[in-house]
Amino acid sequence: MLQEPTTESQRHGGKLGLEPLCLCVSVVALASCLLLPAASFAQAPPQAAKSSCVECHSSFPAPTGVTEEQWAADIHAQKGLTCASCHGGDPKDASPEGAMSRKAGFRGKPKRTEIPATCAKCHADGAYMRQYNPSLRTDQLAQYQTSVHGKRLAKGDTKVAVCIDCHSVHGIRPAKDPRSTVNPLNVANTCARCHSDAAYMKDYKIKTDQFAGYSASVHHDAMVVRGDLSAPTCTTCHGNHGAAPPGVASVENVCSTCHVFQAQLFDTSPHKAAFQAMGTGSCITCHSNHRIVHPTDKLIGTGNESVCTNCHASGDPGFKAAGKIHDDLTALDEALKRSDEVLDKAESSGMEVSQARLEESQGHDSLIKARVTIHSFQPDKVEQDTQAGMKIAEKTYKDGLKALAERDYRRKGLGLSLITIVAVLIGLWMYIRQLESRNQSGGS
Amino acid sequence: MGNTPEATPQTSVPRNRVVRWLDERFGWEQLVAPLRHKTVPVHKLSYWYFLGGMTLFLFMIQVLTGILLLLYYRPSANEAFESVQYIMTQVKFGWLVRSIHSWSANLMIFTAFAHMFSVLFLRAYTKPRELTWVTGMVLLFLALGFGFSGYLLPWNTLAFFATKVGTEITGQVPVIGKPLLIFLRGGEEVTGATLTRFFGFHVALLPGITTMLIALHVLLIQRLGMSVPPGLEAAWKELPPNKRETPFFPNFFAHELMAWYVALGVLGALAALYPWELGTKADPFAVAPAGIKPEWYFMFMFQTLKLIPAKVGPIDGELVGILGFGLVGLIWVLLPFLGGDRHSRRQVFIRGLGVFALAYMFSMTIYGYMAAK
Repeated sequence: MLQEPTTESQRHGGKLGLEPLCLCVSVVALASCLLLPAASFAQAPPQAAKSSCVECHSSFPAPTGVTEEQWAADIHAQKGLTCASCHGGDPKDASPEGAMSRKAGFRGKPKRTEIPATCAKCHADGAYMRQYNPSLRTDQLAQYQTSVHGKRLAKGDTKVAVCIDCHSVHGIRPAKDPRSTVNPLNVANTCARCHSDAAYMKDYKIKTDQFAGYSASVHHDAMVVRGDLSAPTCTTCHGNHGAAPPGVASVENVCSTCHVFQAQLFDTSPHKAAFQAMGTGSCITCHSNHRIVHPTDKLIGTGNESVCTNCHASGDPGFKAAGKIHDDLTALDEALKRSDEVLDKAESSGMEVSQARLEESQGHDSLIKARVTIHSFQPDKVEQDTQAGMKIAEKTYKDGLKALAERDYRRKGLGLSLITIVAVLIGLWMYIRQLESRNQSGGS
Repeated sequence: MGNTPEATPQTSVPRNRVVRWLDERFGWEQLVAPLRHKTVPVHKLSYWYFLGGMTLFLFMIQVLTGILLLLYYRPSANEAFESVQYIMTQVKFGWLVRSIHSWSANLMIFTAFAHMFSVLFLRAYTKPRELTWVTGMVLLFLALGFGFSGYLLPWNTLAFFATKVGTEITGQVPVIGKPLLIFLRGGEEVTGATLTRFFGFHVALLPGITTMLIALHVLLIQRLGMSVPPGLEAAWKELPPNKRETPFFPNFFAHELMAWYVALGVLGALAALYPWELGTKADPFAVAPAGIKPEWYFMFMFQTLKLIPAKVGPIDGELVGILGFGLVGLIWVLLPFLGGDRHSRRQVFIRGLGVFALAYMFSMTIYGYMAAK
């Protein structure tokens, strides 16, 4: 059913309807054709066209218009499906009446509540989808029905997102295509079309600042600025077809799909039970949810930018632990910067310090490890990592100083050599003068 | 030439025991007699004569430092980079030896080019010095070969990809291009086999040929004497008393020695203040870094090849460039046979050609570096 229909019934959009997407095209075609001037039919008898649907609808304005280019870019068209696959009818019949006749199985534009099921006719059929893309999941409808969107749609709320709101219609591209509305690079914008529209979301009484928050986040930075398509976007945390906000209890699980070590350490920390008792989502208590900014060492400790002081007061053990962790991290960071500085200086003087650089990179690794170990909230564990890094930083700092001393030694050596060379040159010059005067006196 | 009584060198050199010992057995005095009698013309352009000796001095530095580097260098893809790194960081004065080797290689090619152009503009390449010119030109090409083969030896990223590009260009030569590429690389790709091969060229084949050619070049200079610019030669012929000469040894040699010491000072300063950098180890599977460029002395050719369109008529553009440079190189070698004697009217044309070549090389080199930024 999934290929270009071969039987008569399939040609007319038969029972299979496996070509789901295009129902609305035909509905629009019907309405529009009624308005077409009769003269246009009178001029010449209708000729069988390749697709009479596109032939008419390409001249219509949006949203009923579907140009040939637009349809040609659609993955369904590329796989051989036709308008009739979703909308029924007979695209080979040049007359509007024939093309959109009920006899030909014309179903018109599906209602919004029918769209998920229409798409699922094919997309939930594993056997059918396998021939096009064996790795494509076929549980989208099942997932959708568990989503907030799906549940509300089932209750008759047609404002919620259905398939075509995210994937578009008549120009659907595969998600891996950067032009697709559901490509990782575009997902946030797609979601924001509704979720950032305060007027549209008014009835749902939820915030509309998610996109603004995400746009300022480290995740957005990784995705858009660094082009890392594995960075999280809306669907990474909320799910795509089964989109719903993660519950407080599941936040840690969601974050830990990427931040594995942080989650493991957090599980052993005293904060695990404390946050549960407080009823706050574990990770988001400190890091927030959408506006997850790049964490700095100031986030921990007792300073103004620290999140620890939101709960811990001066003098309590947590306050002291936060201060110690911050101090250890800062000390290592500064030691590495000092080492970097001296190695930079040596390197810019032409000294070969690549071995020290290699060792120093292990010091940076220790700092990264320590920043992960923070999630255990145990100062001793963090200290182990920072101390390992401190030893390396001190050694590479000394290597840098040694290289600078070697540079100075070379320069002194050069100075002495140049003095010697100048002395020899003066001697040679005097010798030449002597030879010339001897030649002149010999000549005279 | 010019063995006038006035110019006869001093013979009152004190004969020490060693010299006497040599003289008794091998006739030392007789052997060095030509040196004592050899003279060098003195005129306002005499300083250009130093360039040849300077190039020879830098070659000797190359040989000396090259031998020292050989004590530690290991010519394999796994060890080459590390061994150079070891030389630079662990071997006493290894940094100095390696930096002087690299800097003097570049200076040597510079002085060789300067020497070639000075000989051209002073018309010293004409009859009877045609073979001196030809051997000199071959030596210049060999110097470029030293540069190309030596560049790869540290096995760093820049050298690896520059060699890849350079050998690819060689592969464009008609008929023999592909076999030549395979021969140079030791296979289809630049690998450890290429490194080993280039090492062989650099420390055995090229030095052997170069040493023989230098001997021949110097012998020809010794036999034919120093050339005098044509105008001055005519003037001296007209008024022989105006002719000025100085003994080669020790007078001219002392001047030359001064120039060598200056070169040594410059080399030491460059090595101490700007040690030759090592870069990062070559990774054949890595993507070529941006801005890959050859050594400065190949830049004018590289930039020219970049500017030639992909197709020149039905012929591949790169091929046109390679054939063009090959033809120009051949013409340059054969200049003494094409330009007639030094008073020929064709010499004016050749001088113009020389000026154009110099300007072209200079401007293309600058353009190449600006374009690579």
